[in-house]
Amino acid sequence: MKKVLGIFILLVVVMAFTASMQPQFMSAYNLQNVLKWTSLYGILGIGVAFVIITGGIDLSIGSVVGLSGAILPLMLTSYGWSIPAAIGLSLVISLAIGLLHGVLVTQLGLQSFVVTLCGLLVYRGVARWITGDATQGFGSEYDDLRWLATGKVALPGIEGFQFPVPFFILLAIALLAAFFLNLTIYGRYLLALGRNEQAARYSGIPTHWMILLAYVISALTAGLGGILFALEINSVQPSSQGNFYELYAIAAAVLGGCSLRGGEGSILGVILGTAILIVLKNAIIFLSIPSSLEFAIIGLVIILGVITDEIVKRWATYRRTVKQAKLLKS
Amino acid sequence: MEKTSSTIETSSEDSPLLEVRQVCKRYPGVLALDGVNLQLYHNELLAVIGENGAGKSTLMKILAGIQQPDEGDILLNNNSIELDSVQAAQKAGIALIHQELNLAGNLSIAANIFLGREFQTLGFMHLRSMEKEADKLLKRVGLNLSPRTLVDSLSVGQQQLVEIAKALAVNAHILIMDEPTSSLSQHETEKLFQVISELKASGVSIIYISHRLGEVYALADRVTVLRDGKSVGDLAKKEIDHDTMVRKMVGRDISQFYDRTPHPTGEVVLEARGIVTPSHPTQKLNLTLRSGEIVGLAGLVGAGRTELLRVLTGVDQPMSGSLSVHQKEVQFRHPRHSIDQGIMLVPEDRKDAGLVLAMNIRENLSLPGLRIHRIAKSLINWKVEKDTSTTMIDRLRIKTPAATQLAQFLSGGNQQKIVLGKWLALGPRILLLDEPTRGIDIGAKEEIYQLMDQLAKDGVAILFASSEMEEVIGMSDRVLVMHEGRLAGELPKEQLTEEKIMQLATGVKSSSST
Repeated sequence: MKKVLGIFILLVVVMAFTASMQPQFMSAYNLQNVLKWTSLYGILGIGVAFVIITGGIDLSIGSVVGLSGAILPLMLTSYGWSIPAAIGLSLVISLAIGLLHGVLVTQLGLQSFVVTLCGLLVYRGVARWITGDATQGFGSEYDDLRWLATGKVALPGIEGFQFPVPFFILLAIALLAAFFLNLTIYGRYLLALGRNEQAARYSGIPTHWMILLAYVISALTAGLGGILFALEINSVQPSSQGNFYELYAIAAAVLGGCSLRGGEGSILGVILGTAILIVLKNAIIFLSIPSSLEFAIIGLVIILGVITDEIVKRWATYRRTVKQAKLLKS
Repeated sequence: MEKTSSTIETSSEDSPLLEVRQVCKRYPGVLALDGVNLQLYHNELLAVIGENGAGKSTLMKILAGIQQPDEGDILLNNNSIELDSVQAAQKAGIALIHQELNLAGNLSIAANIFLGREFQTLGFMHLRSMEKEADKLLKRVGLNLSPRTLVDSLSVGQQQLVEIAKALAVNAHILIMDEPTSSLSQHETEKLFQVISELKASGVSIIYISHRLGEVYALADRVTVLRDGKSVGDLAKKEIDHDTMVRKMVGRDISQFYDRTPHPTGEVVLEARGIVTPSHPTQKLNLTLRSGEIVGLAGLVGAGRTELLRVLTGVDQPMSGSLSVHQKEVQFRHPRHSIDQGIMLVPEDRKDAGLVLAMNIRENLSLPGLRIHRIAKSLINWKVEKDTSTTMIDRLRIKTPAATQLAQFLSGGNQQKIVLGKWLALGPRILLLDEPTRGIDIGAKEEIYQLMDQLAKDGVAILFASSEMEEVIGMSDRVLVMHEGRLAGELPKEQLTEEKIMQLATGVKSSSST
């Protein structure tokens, strides 16, 4: 909880600083924009957080975003499938990808880094091949469907600010994920096995099933995210759609308090972590910082966050040791 | 302190070669060493004995420079020295032969002996001269092998001799041996003893740690006894006998320490027929366990005790054979299947397999029970979780400021109680314990013995593997002894002696009964 508070404060500081330099940053239009992108990336971050909690990693997210984002318009426009069928196909393929990752990691004992790195290459290739590397889009049709990503909803009682529809999708997924992680025994299983898989197994926990589930969740949210990104952009380049998104998702999860060693993570933290990344990207434009510095600044902020976290942790351990030494002496 | 009282006629010189004065060492939650004193004289073999958790390993790590004391002095030839690194200890001529050997199996003997100190010019190694030097050292420890042999192809006993050669290579004149015989066969043990006496004759002083009092009796010139982080006795050669050592180690009469309540045993609750474990695929194991009895499982390290317990609880799958619980055939493909039958394992390594150290006491205690008490098939039952932890902390007297304390900050004894509490909360019918008192203090140990006795009285069947002879002899109704993967024999309570167990465990004699 302390960690989440820390991230929240960091977010507020970055926003306040940007706003003080450029009041336009706080305009409703810009904030809606920031909220929309936070929501889209946040969905990916929540998914990968589950894999990170098991102590694994999912590097294939960007390619799954590309593949699922290419399949949807391809099926709708080139093959004339119905909307439910096309969305269904995108999600089923994502699900199958997640199952495959989970089986390779749990049954064959392969390292998740290797499995999902190969996945990253393979799914990108498949996306380019099935589309003939041609840009996919919805043209001027499917506006109802695209509303899922581009739509805005005014809530009664809040004037002058419209909530982007993806925000509500994120909210639903986040609530579901937080409920699962914190209130069900399966969430507890994930946290336990992420810290000590052997001890969890000795306690009768079906560790393999739980890990498999984590990879499925990650791939499914990537698939869903891919659909939403495609709907938002309306021009999917199979060779580049979703490139590096896995790194944004992982960075957000780490910034949000997930440990790559496993066993730690909070959904709210992941969302706040995502928000920081998006706000930073946005602030770089507003503060007229050369956009070539974008990655450098994001990287620096993340590493500073992680360093601070580590220092705070060590300080806490040190204080505890001192306290215990005193107790033993007396 | 009391330097005058310890003038024992063991060496040619009056002042000790190595002296430890009032050394203290704290770990989170536990005072591992509490003012320990120890003297080692020239050309002597000093045995350091003590129960699990008495502080032997910590003291040796300090002497080897692996850990630093919080208080106290270490003197070499009456000069205070600072052992702040392994290199510093090496410079002082002190070398530790670990219980777990630390050799690189994929390298040759010579490469291991000179690891990190290779003879070299600009990074190019002088292989020939290293091999020549290694050959000399191997002769000294009685190993008739080429220095080019890969370490992986050696037996444990041979590897241990390589470790000793490695220590001699840095001119160590104080050798610390931590449980050197715990995984050696009878033959290898004899060979090691021979090497030890030759080393002594050539001017090496030895600190020898062992659980095996028979060995200590045979080898030691003097004995220092540790108990609960304190040195509680120095025995000169003529004072060394089994009963005195045990009394000093335990701190009272053993009959009180291993207090068993007599009660009748019940029916057979677990029967294993022809079980073959993956580690010893040529051995079939048969055993039965009755309700209310405590059965000891003795044997050398690597004899297959842990592997047997793992198969009995579904952690590993047997290659063949059958298991029945209450006369009903069962198959455990996962630990949860055995848990559902009431068979539960307290594993050997509590930090790796027993506990999730980074979770708190309450979460650890509830882990296996979560699915049993879940609400609506998936929700955590917070009330049951809280009640369970309150009950168990109280019943097992787990010392902690709060149930929300992380398990990693507790002492070994309290950690072990959590592992036990996990299972007690589910009401085990068959409890399998693997080295249940390793690395815990004497108070917690006594409580665990009392708990075992109480559980047996209530009808729980207990099978416990232990390397600590006194504990096996003191607690068991009967003892099964394993040797190289097979059950070498069974000893009823009346016949339990250290010699009989060791004979079976080292394969000297095999009893026909099972």
